[in-house]
Amino acid sequence: MNGNGKKKRIGVFVCHCGVNIASVVDVERVAKELASYPGVVFSTDYVYMCSDPGQKLILDTIKEQQLDAAIISACSPTLHEKTFQNVAKLAGISPYQIEIANIREQDSWVHSDKERATEKAIRIVKSMVEKVLQNESLEPIKVGINRRALVIGAGISGLQAALDIADHGYEVLLVERNPSIGGHMIQLSETFPTLDCSQCIMTPKMVEVSRHPNIRIMTYCEVESVSGFVGNFKVNIKKKPRYVNETLCNLCGECEKVCPQVVQDEFNMGLSFRKAIYMPFPQAIPATYTLDIDNCLGLLPIRCGKCKDVCDVNAIDYDQQEEIIEEEVGAVVVATGYDLYTMDHLGEYGGEKYEDVVNGLEFERILSASGPTGGVVRRPSDGKVPKNIVFIQCCGSRDPENHNPYCSKICCMYTAKHAMLYKHRVPDGNATVFYIDIRTGGKAFEEFYQRAIDEEEVLYIRGKVSKIIKEGDKLIVWGSDTLTGKKIEMEADMVVLAMSMVKTEGVEDLLKKLKIAVDANGWLAEAHPKLRPVESLNAGFYLAGCAHGPKDIPETVSQASAAAAKVGDLFAQEELIHEPTIVPVNEDLCSGCGICIPVCPYNARSLDLEKKVVKVNEVLCEGCGACAAACPSGAAQQRNLTDDQIFSMVKAMLKG
Amino acid sequence: MFEPKIICFICNWCTYAGADLAGTSRMEYVPNGINLRVMCSSRIDPQHILHAFKQGADGVLMGGCHPGDCHYVEGNYKTLRRVILFKRMLEDLGIDKDRLRLEWISAAEGKKFVKVMNEFAEKIRALGPMNLDRLTLTKEDVSHE
Repeated sequence: MNGNGKKKRIGVFVCHCGVNIASVVDVERVAKELASYPGVVFSTDYVYMCSDPGQKLILDTIKEQQLDAAIISACSPTLHEKTFQNVAKLAGISPYQIEIANIREQDSWVHSDKERATEKAIRIVKSMVEKVLQNESLEPIKVGINRRALVIGAGISGLQAALDIADHGYEVLLVERNPSIGGHMIQLSETFPTLDCSQCIMTPKMVEVSRHPNIRIMTYCEVESVSGFVGNFKVNIKKKPRYVNETLCNLCGECEKVCPQVVQDEFNMGLSFRKAIYMPFPQAIPATYTLDIDNCLGLLPIRCGKCKDVCDVNAIDYDQQEEIIEEEVGAVVVATGYDLYTMDHLGEYGGEKYEDVVNGLEFERILSASGPTGGVVRRPSDGKVPKNIVFIQCCGSRDPENHNPYCSKICCMYTAKHAMLYKHRVPDGNATVFYIDIRTGGKAFEEFYQRAIDEEEVLYIRGKVSKIIKEGDKLIVWGSDTLTGKKIEMEADMVVLAMSMVKTEGVEDLLKKLKIAVDANGWLAEAHPKLRPVESLNAGFYLAGCAHGPKDIPETVSQASAAAAKVGDLFAQEELIHEPTIVPVNEDLCSGCGICIPVCPYNARSLDLEKKVVKVNEVLCEGCGACAAACPSGAAQQRNLTDDQIFSMVKAMLKG
Repeated sequence: MFEPKIICFICNWCTYAGADLAGTSRMEYVPNGINLRVMCSSRIDPQHILHAFKQGADGVLMGGCHPGDCHYVEGNYKTLRRVILFKRMLEDLGIDKDRLRLEWISAAEGKKFVKVMNEFAEKIRALGPMNLDRLTLTKEDVSHE
């Protein structure tokens, strides 16, 4: 039926595609046979339907014959479906009343028996007639866009993404769970392969972000929940109490002096100490002290209250409460970064027992001029300068049986850097690296690694370390050289483990709230590994940095800029257009059983508690049809591919 | 010779594109199957398959993306579960479970599409025509029990 209650008038246009179809399929016979098929009022064949005269033939015929729908029997819909849909638009009928019968790729090109190929073509076209008979003239679903972005995580990836989006002219909310922005990059000493100081390139970026009029920094905050859909998300952000008024605090530091609680300093990877009221590092943004309530003696002045007593500007406020801030955004960039695999996973190396076995980030702090040793390489146990240092690569990486199957990608380079920087600091020291393979795929990376060997005389041994034991104040490293087949026993003053990169601790809770997919290792999953590498499969979510997998800084920055560009693409649209071939609910048939709800991978379906039926968010529905197959009462029907359409199509394919 | 009729429910993103690739590569295979394109293999409900058998199909082929590659995240896993369960039901209905075949065929596997179609047609040819009348219980069948 067409919209007027009259029988639908269908035209069939059979393409010869030169000889591509016509040499195998008897196109005239197809057109002739279809002419008498129920619903078809016009049927013809033509040499090239996609050519200008071919398109004009369709356009004119639709008008002259007052067609409601048309079947183009030609090549695969991937080639010319859009072409013919445009013809329909020009002719004044809905593009959803055009169907393509694929009689080239899936018929004439794969069969040589003319008789059987022709018969198959007739069946294919008939099935498409049956489909189009029940097609609705759908209208694309249009939705508005809230042109504000949420960036989660303020390491280098989050900062870069925020800056780029803000520079596009859009507002950005930058949420960071730690007291300061900066992430892991601000902890690093110098960066490979150029050896520029990390803080020197990072702090200007941090300042730029803090001064950008389009960026609102929300530190010490966590995303509590996200609802809605692309272009229209509602976000609840939990603001943890800092107990210090950011605007009043003048960084005099008196509070820190009187605070009696001493705890390990996270910024220095536990290699030094801080107070319970502290600034994470001198260049922290926002520049303010934070009271770490987990380590404070207690907020009641009777317990301590020393910091409040000495604060001249009355910045300390014990009455601050946790707040939930509601915000609306149109896109979300997830840049939650990484953590290091903890050393207790590799008990044989004694990282947890021996103070002088440290991980890569701890060694970064030891090398850093702003670190606990002021940039002098000293070992944690007794502060001696280590004369023999051993680096072990692939600690927890590339070990599918016991640890993580993937390569952490940056360790080959940072170990070469570590060894090199060590040699700069301790020229008479010996640096030895144990490796499985060296992977230096990156601009100027291989040259950097060769420099470590040739100029800095770092000794590279191909092999794994089996065990580290302590004898006196020395560490004994047992390993093997797999190139010579010899066992190695080596004394070391200090050992650095290149621990595997792993997903950020606790990030899974956040990702569950965002409802975005992760891969087998907990890294964010991209929509397509090659063609859509910075988008999540869930529309409106974008990925940046190590949350998506191990990456070095240049790669992270590129990915963050790419994600920001994608956000810009989204925001540049006037309104969002969504395919209307979704699966709505027939409320008269729906029993409210809710079986379709968990089947939906996009959370598009939910229970309307008042009506006791399922309701569908049309924008979230991607039209896969999994719910339609699951619905026991036939209430969920995919638009323009209903059960009745499938039944009729199957029947037409088999009967006669 | 008996020429089986086969209905192929194939997904838009992988298997349909794989079938197209077989065409653009001019690979030849038996013309026994007709493809019905759905967006995702998970759109296919067992009743569609039963309907096909009822309308005279001798075999039903379902094609989806490889595990992990589904355009809709996890539709092919749902299909897999449904097909495994439904095959058991088919046996109970007296329909050989081999008349239904599920294959993961990617957009790059034109060759696999050809192989599967040829193999499946051969298999159904060996099983013989679907004879629905044979499946209808007669009075004798019932009293025999």
